[in-house]
Amino acid sequence: MQPSGYGQLDATFAALADPTRRAILARLASGEATVNELAEPFSVSQPAISKHLKVLERAGLISRGRDAQRRPRRLEARPLAEASEWLERYREFWEGNFQRLDALLQVMQTKTKKRRPPKRTGDHR
Amino acid sequence: MSNPTLKVEARGDREIVMTRIFDAPRHLVFEAFTKPELLKRWLTGAPGWSLAVCEVDLRVGGSLRYLWRGPGGEEMGMRGVFREITPPERIVGTEKFDQAWYPGEAVGTVVFTEQSGKTTLTQTIVYESREARDIVLKSPMEGGVTISYNQLAELLKSQLANEKSQRSA
Repeated sequence: MQPSGYGQLDATFAALADPTRRAILARLASGEATVNELAEPFSVSQPAISKHLKVLERAGLISRGRDAQRRPRRLEARPLAEASEWLERYREFWEGNFQRLDALLQVMQTKTKKRRPPKRTGDHR
Repeated sequence: MSNPTLKVEARGDREIVMTRIFDAPRHLVFEAFTKPELLKRWLTGAPGWSLAVCEVDLRVGGSLRYLWRGPGGEEMGMRGVFREITPPERIVGTEKFDQAWYPGEAVGTVVFTEQSGKTTLTQTIVYESREARDIVLKSPMEGGVTISYNQLAELLKSQLANEKSQRSA
C-alpha cells in the first residue's frame, strides 16, 4: 500500500462510521439502485439519503450508473477491499506482538534468575 | 499453567477492554512495555516488519513515537503523550495513528496486576466516539488474536515442560 493511498483509507473509514451508510452499501452489494429505492427502507428523508450518498461518492465507495434518467448508484468494491486489507494487517500485527512478548519475558526471567539466585527458604518443591 | 487467552470486550459506548495473562512478574512486563530496546524486540508488527523508530519519554507529558516499517518500505506510525505513569502498575496515554483508520484520538490505560508470579494485563482504550470504537471492534481482531494466543499457550506449555525436565535431569 502506497502512502498516497492513506487519504483514501481515511475517507473510507469515515464513510463507514455511519450505520445508515453501511446499510446503503449493504443494499448496493446486491445490485445498483436509484436514490428513491435506497431511501425506501430508511426512516430518513430523501435529502438526508442524498447527503449520505454524497459522502459515499466522495469516498469512492459508490458511483453513478450510465442511465441518465434514473442515475442509479452502484457499489465500488476496491476501496472496501483495501480497507479490510489494512484491518487484516492490524490484526496480524497484534497477533504477532504478544507472541514475541511472551518469548521475551521468558528470556528476561531466565536472566533475572541468573543475576539473583533464588533464596533457599525451604519452600522448594 | 493457566491458559493465556486474550479477552476482548466492548464496554459502554466508546471503550474496548483487552485482558491477557503473561507468565512473568509485572515489573518485567512493565519493563518490556516501556523500554525502547525491549519494545523493539516484540512490538514489531506483522511478519517482516520492524519497529524502526521507538521513542519513549516515560514521564507525564512525555511523548511516545512508534514507526513501523514493512518489507517493502511501507510505513505505519503512531504517536501519543503520557498522562499518567505508576511503575509497575499503570500507564495512561493518548494514541493516534498517522494513517487515521478510525476518527479521532484514543486514550489507552494499561494496568498490570500480579498474582502468583503471573501478570494480568488489562488494556482499556477509550475512543472519541462510538463510531470509532465500532470500527475497531468490527475488525476481525478478537477472533484472530484469541486463536493465536491459544496456540501460544500450547507452545509455552511445552517450553515450560522442557525446562522442568532439563532442571530435574
